[in-house]
Amino acid sequence: MRGAHHRATERRRTLSPRRLAPRLLIGFVLAAFMVFFVLPVLWLLLAATKTDQQLVHGSPLSFGSWHAFKANWNALTAFQDNAIMQWLGNSTLYAVISLVITLCVAVPAGYALAMTEFRGRHTLLVSTLVVMLMPTATLVVPLFLEVNAAHLIGTMWSIILPYSFYPFGVYLTYIYFTTAVPKDLLAAARIDGCSEFGVFWHIALPLATPVVALVGFFSFVANWTNYFLPYVMLPESDQMPIQVGVGSLLSNVPSFNPAVGTLAIERPQLALATLLAITPVLIVFLFAQRFLVSGMLAGATKE
Amino acid sequence: MTATHSSAGSATRRPRGTSRQSRAGVAFVAAYVLLLIAFGILPTGYAVYFAFTDAGGTFTGFSNFVTTAQDFRFMDAVGHVALYLLFWLVSLVVFVVSLALLLHRLASGTISKSLRFLFYIPGALAGAASVLVWLFMLDPTVSPVSSLLGMLGFHTFGEVIAPGNLPLLFTIIAFWTGAGGWIVVIYGALNNIPQDVMEAARIDGASAWQTAWRVQIPMLRKWIVYMVILAFAGGAQLFVEPQLLSLASVGVAGRDYSLNQLTYDFAFQMNNINGAAAVSVELLVVSVSAAAVFVARSGFFDAD
Repeated sequence: MRGAHHRATERRRTLSPRRLAPRLLIGFVLAAFMVFFVLPVLWLLLAATKTDQQLVHGSPLSFGSWHAFKANWNALTAFQDNAIMQWLGNSTLYAVISLVITLCVAVPAGYALAMTEFRGRHTLLVSTLVVMLMPTATLVVPLFLEVNAAHLIGTMWSIILPYSFYPFGVYLTYIYFTTAVPKDLLAAARIDGCSEFGVFWHIALPLATPVVALVGFFSFVANWTNYFLPYVMLPESDQMPIQVGVGSLLSNVPSFNPAVGTLAIERPQLALATLLAITPVLIVFLFAQRFLVSGMLAGATKE
Repeated sequence: MTATHSSAGSATRRPRGTSRQSRAGVAFVAAYVLLLIAFGILPTGYAVYFAFTDAGGTFTGFSNFVTTAQDFRFMDAVGHVALYLLFWLVSLVVFVVSLALLLHRLASGTISKSLRFLFYIPGALAGAASVLVWLFMLDPTVSPVSSLLGMLGFHTFGEVIAPGNLPLLFTIIAFWTGAGGWIVVIYGALNNIPQDVMEAARIDGASAWQTAWRVQIPMLRKWIVYMVILAFAGGAQLFVEPQLLSLASVGVAGRDYSLNQLTYDFAFQMNNINGAAAVSVELLVVSVSAAAVFVARSGFFDAD
């Protein structure tokens, strides 16, 4: 093993031109994709610091000024009396409440499917798989009808409750418990007199921290970025989450939509709004990065 | 320490322990089952009920399906979504697999890790944010690549978002936000290929190309199929991209470009809930069949 690694490093040191060419090609391809993935984000960061004039005439990857940034901030927050902050607050409320419900529901369910036997377990497992692969967007109109019948349209529960249903989280937890936690450990705790809930709470849950974090991350991002469901369920502007909010900002940008009246928003302000919309996800993402890039598969593969 | 102890214990106590466990299991899944019924099964049933009835609740057979299919926008929307799916799935398979293989071959673990992270960043911009970013990228007056757009013959935003370009543009947006996550997944799957298999290929004198083509890609097959199925089901739901574009282009991309836009339009503009439900059911049948075939055939989810 170590010997093989050593040979590999030795080979790398003596690089012939014939071996160099493919390496350069690989480097070039990876660099090109890096530009493709990163350039738009970089541009967006800088766009928020410019005036609309600078955006059009200045160099695309230049920094504008803090002054312009402040002016954009003021113009954006002035739009509909600080609607942007209201939208961000709404999104936070919706995403966090449904995240809490998701975790309280999905983790015990995944645990029970993996570690206990009960009637209907297999049926539940199969329906979870099917529902997980069934995209939620198809159900938006039927969900609207159902929520409408329950007189919940226009309330935050009309999106929080559907968000809280997260079969992918159940599946991830199920896989985690079947692969990473030995049943013997739980059996031992039972013999020591632990109640079933105690076994879950004191033994299984502490071991499941990585998968709880992973489910939490995926569920938060999915809820935060959802557009179609709140677009249908919450028509009032002061209830909109940020995703739908920035969409309505877009229709007030004259260069994209010449029919705009007096409530105009300029492009740098739209860029700033987009940045605000992604900041919470980026923050959560930076924290979760360790899990994602190295261990995204820790719970997702069966050995 | 407890292995023998516990197996002996469970042998003698099996009946009591099992029923206690079984009750606990039911309690643990109860909340989830409620949500599954309320927001999975019930809306599905609702959609099917509405799709086969009229506004008065009378059974109408397939007439809602026929009416919506004869709508002048329906076949266009099917064509748009189909073309988009083709571009999106091909680019996903070709580029995600190649990039994961290239990153896996990189000698430096640090560079590979940093690149995977950078590729993943746009994933944080899913939803409306990614569409807004690309509206800027595609507008030659402000785009950082306006010279590139110029070389391709595009000088105004209107030229870029001409209807014929939309499947490609939506593919670029979806790839930009989604590819990074899949690269991480496929990379992880590559890591799971046993070291001795790779070593054997190397000893047999297989080139990097042969190793990738004959050893690695076949062993990734399950993951690639998984990616394609999920991307297919997700892509068929195209909504936010054309919807936002229709706000920004004064009608270049209509409000009825994709099938989901059409369901929205049937339900909330034309007050034809039954027609909307019929289109939803069609989308559902397509995605669920794809999923079911996958679950049944691939062995990916060996549930038990």
